[in-house]
Amino acid sequence: MASVAEAGRARRVRRASGRAAGPGAWFLVLPALIPILVLSVGPLLYGILLAFTDAQSGRTTPTAWTGVLNFRDLLHDTLFWESFRIGLVWAVGVTVPQFLLALGLALLLDQDLRLRWLARALAIVPWAMPEVVVGIMWRLVYNPDAGILNETLRDLGLGAGRDWLSGLATALPAVIVVGVWAGMPQTTVALLAGLQNTPRELHEAAAVDGAGAWRRFRTVTWPALRPVALAITALNLIWNFNSFALVYVLTNGGPGGRTRLPMLFAYEEAFRYGQFGYAAAMGCVMVAVISVLLAVFLAGRLRGGEDA
Amino acid sequence: MRTRPAARAGQYAALLAYLLFLAFPLLWLLSTAFKSPRELGSLHPTWIPRHPTLANFRQAFDEQPLLHAALNSLLAALGAAVVAVLIATPMAYVTARRRGPLARAASGWVVVSQAFPFVLLVIPLFLVLKNLRLIDSLAGLVMVYVVWALPFALWMLTGYVRAVPVELEEAAAVDGAGRLRTLVSVTAPLLAPGIAATALFAFVTAWNEFFFALVLLKSPGNQTLPVVLTHFIGAEGVADLGPLAAAALLATLPSLAVFALVQRRITGGLITGAVKS
Repeated sequence: MASVAEAGRARRVRRASGRAAGPGAWFLVLPALIPILVLSVGPLLYGILLAFTDAQSGRTTPTAWTGVLNFRDLLHDTLFWESFRIGLVWAVGVTVPQFLLALGLALLLDQDLRLRWLARALAIVPWAMPEVVVGIMWRLVYNPDAGILNETLRDLGLGAGRDWLSGLATALPAVIVVGVWAGMPQTTVALLAGLQNTPRELHEAAAVDGAGAWRRFRTVTWPALRPVALAITALNLIWNFNSFALVYVLTNGGPGGRTRLPMLFAYEEAFRYGQFGYAAAMGCVMVAVISVLLAVFLAGRLRGGEDA
Repeated sequence: MRTRPAARAGQYAALLAYLLFLAFPLLWLLSTAFKSPRELGSLHPTWIPRHPTLANFRQAFDEQPLLHAALNSLLAALGAAVVAVLIATPMAYVTARRRGPLARAASGWVVVSQAFPFVLLVIPLFLVLKNLRLIDSLAGLVMVYVVWALPFALWMLTGYVRAVPVELEEAAAVDGAGRLRTLVSVTAPLLAPGIAATALFAFVTAWNEFFFALVLLKSPGNQTLPVVLTHFIGAEGVADLGPLAAAALLATLPSLAVFALVQRRITGGLITGAVKS
């Protein structure tokens, strides 16, 4: 694995090499560039165009330009904004606890503890599981009659069982817990790798100087971890805001739309009601919001003076 | 560094809590998959099946075309992994070895591609594939998965290429090896583990993918495993718990095996990418 030092050296000698340069390089790039342009950039631009048409699933091409009509309708679509709000609550509700738990865990796993290997081995599982399976598994846990959660609560004397995923008040918290569970290992592993890039000597020097655990964290650990932490948090916010499969399997947006994330809403609009243009407009609004989120995070990253 | 005993105890308590949180749904899935229908109907569920049975697995295969779906998933994932690596490796080589607009565009692309709401991508793709008569076909799905896996593949591979010292290539050049010769006999062998890790990552991603498969594949004979799994959950959300658990368990095993194999390398690849982009 490339260390930062190696990368720095590679950069320094790159000027001297220049062997990959020249027109030959294009032959190496085109096999990837063409599919990216045709199947990704192209469709994306086409998708933005569709947002300004009356495209519907029944026809292969839109019949009329409708200008900003879709966006105007969207502005007044209270259900969409409700799903948007739920999407934000879900994204923040998953990302923040996940980050804090993962940070604590990464610090823990960086210590010399006995069961560390088990934690690391187990952490692979949620990460590797298909989201659909994670959803199915938690449906089994949450099941009001045959699930283990209610049985455990009964055993602990914590009252009668609930139907967690169908309760108006409990559904969103219940799916957020699953979101935290599913993404925590990945965040932990990323933070752990970031921790292990921190030079040990710095910790030891700080300890010799009499710095307590909190001061060591603030002055040594966090500055080194910050770039990784910001990158993973920004990505998690975006991924969570755009997530689909987990909640589709857990609640399919129910009960009464309480867990209907924007992607679920757009999916229904496009593939159940066939409103391609309208759904594309939703996608555009989501991109705009995500871009703002990204910009805020990148600004934070630059303010910290880290090499970006 | 010395740690006080009280702090140590606290650390172990936290670790234990984490292990419980991580393990209990997994163990429950395992337990449910091996329970008899009678036990599943019991009002006081137990952790350990009293009469462990494989009947759920048999019933799962009877109810849904699991084997066929697994084959579809395998084909889609293999196709995506092989094609993605074949076309990403040369590009990663170029972006790693030279600075310039191309390298900047590539790393910018990686970031931007993470931000797409897939719905904005899937509607036009649906129309394009429909016009190409590739809708409801594995070939069409593989094309989508390749492009979907490319950003991360590029990201990981660029890191791996940077880890191969340029000096080795230069030494080969001094010894009179041509550019192609250098790439094939010096760079490629050093890059091979990284390429393998990237391919396996693309494989797992495609194996687990749900949204595109749900939208693009309509006929039951073409559907992949995650889509078929959702058929176990009825329209009203009523599910046959035993077969559902059994099928879910089976669907996880391949990606778990692959992931256990290369998890360390994937983490490394992601981190080097994240820190340097």
